[in-house]
Amino acid sequence: MCLALPARVVAVKDGALATVDLGGVRKEVSVALVPEAVVGDYVIVHVGHAIGILDADEAQRTLALFAEIAAVADAAVADPPRMPA
Amino acid sequence: MKYVDEFRDGELARGIAARIAAELRPDRRYSFMEFCGGHTHAISRYGVADLLPPALRMIHGPGCPVCVLPIGRIDQAIGLALDRGAIVCTYGDTLRVPASPAAGPQASRGQGESLSLMKAKARGADIRMVYSAADALAIARAHPQREVVFFAIGFETTTPPTALVIEQAAREGLANFSVLCCHVLTPSAITHILESAEVRELGTVPIDGFIGPAHVSIVIGSAPYEHFAEEYRKPVVIAGFEPLDVMQAILMLVRQVNAGRCEVENQFTRAVTRAGNLAAQAAVARVFELRERFEWRGLGEVPYSALRIRAEYARLDAERRFGLDYRLVPDHKQCECGAILRGVKRPTDCKLFATVCTPEHPMGSCMVSSEGACAAHYSYGRWRDFPVRVEASAA
Repeated sequence: MCLALPARVVAVKDGALATVDLGGVRKEVSVALVPEAVVGDYVIVHVGHAIGILDADEAQRTLALFAEIAAVADAAVADPPRMPA
Repeated sequence: MKYVDEFRDGELARGIAARIAAELRPDRRYSFMEFCGGHTHAISRYGVADLLPPALRMIHGPGCPVCVLPIGRIDQAIGLALDRGAIVCTYGDTLRVPASPAAGPQASRGQGESLSLMKAKARGADIRMVYSAADALAIARAHPQREVVFFAIGFETTTPPTALVIEQAAREGLANFSVLCCHVLTPSAITHILESAEVRELGTVPIDGFIGPAHVSIVIGSAPYEHFAEEYRKPVVIAGFEPLDVMQAILMLVRQVNAGRCEVENQFTRAVTRAGNLAAQAAVARVFELRERFEWRGLGEVPYSALRIRAEYARLDAERRFGLDYRLVPDHKQCECGAILRGVKRPTDCKLFATVCTPEHPMGSCMVSSEGACAAHYSYGRWRDFPVRVEASAA
């Protein structure tokens, strides 16, 4: 029910409306709840309304953190800790 | 799609799973509840459950607005369409939720088939599926001679758009539009799971921490969970709805439990802030106020857990406009949704599961939405219930 997807704003129009691009599909949504959204932003779209703006820097940080966690795990598997001699 | 696909990478998922397994303390078990149906769906659909170590169990919570919508509310919407001749507009999710049996000679014998909005439509009710609340408003403009009711359900994610259409309808002076408001609130429901009277009756499972809502939190922010984490000494990690988000949140919960911390942490930093979306909160506050009590399917009456339309918008409130009374309707006797929503029972503990209750013919609410615990298990987890047998061919 709370399904929402990040979509790129390609045009902001009158009446708090915007055209967004979602993987090539274009759709008109309301940006009344995110009046600060500008072209190029990724907004999170739910039932025809943008409810938030995606922070691209934070998204990159989260992805980097995933890679870091997974890399630590890989290293642990490849090189299991040994008992001290 | 950008910002979706990267958060579903299988290799990374296995890496994070190995990290979770490595950090579990061997002397204890871990039980976490994911409150949201969106997380339940991600855990089931992407096989997250299979990547987790056996000592860690995810309990599926009641965070699916379709699942917790009580029969009495669906009956109200069906009544508006069948008996009052209104056009009832609603999101597709609510169309198949089972309601009371149809009125009439069959019903008096107790043999009536349960209705749903979909079945009411087949009986001639004018039910329209809408994608957005704004579509319901457009239907009202197009049919000035008819009463048009928007049957509004959903958590805090879905409430702000409803607030906007109510304000818009008031501005336009639309005389034939109203809203049957069934919007519910997340934090009060999470609290209710831990302290309701039914918990004493049904028992409860120990929950070591919660995965907090993704899109609800975009709107309300992370602050509303702080009181809860402190008061009930339970860690909360707000997580996005993609599988890697959920796995990282589980790792964060494991670390909090191991360190004896009970804090609100935010994994979904790309969309959630501490304060949330202030424009959305303001719209909701202008139009809605707290209801003293509201029935949740499976949880019973939960105090201050829902919203109603403020008196200044009374003309747009379908409950006032049509003088609707709420009637409590009990669930099917053998339906275990109440216990399943609390994590006390699993879908397979219910006699109706996968026999008479299936996603095509749901009896209980957990089977209706793909986000419900029963529907998720039916679609993605049943193979685990049967031992795999390899038999030599007779030929």
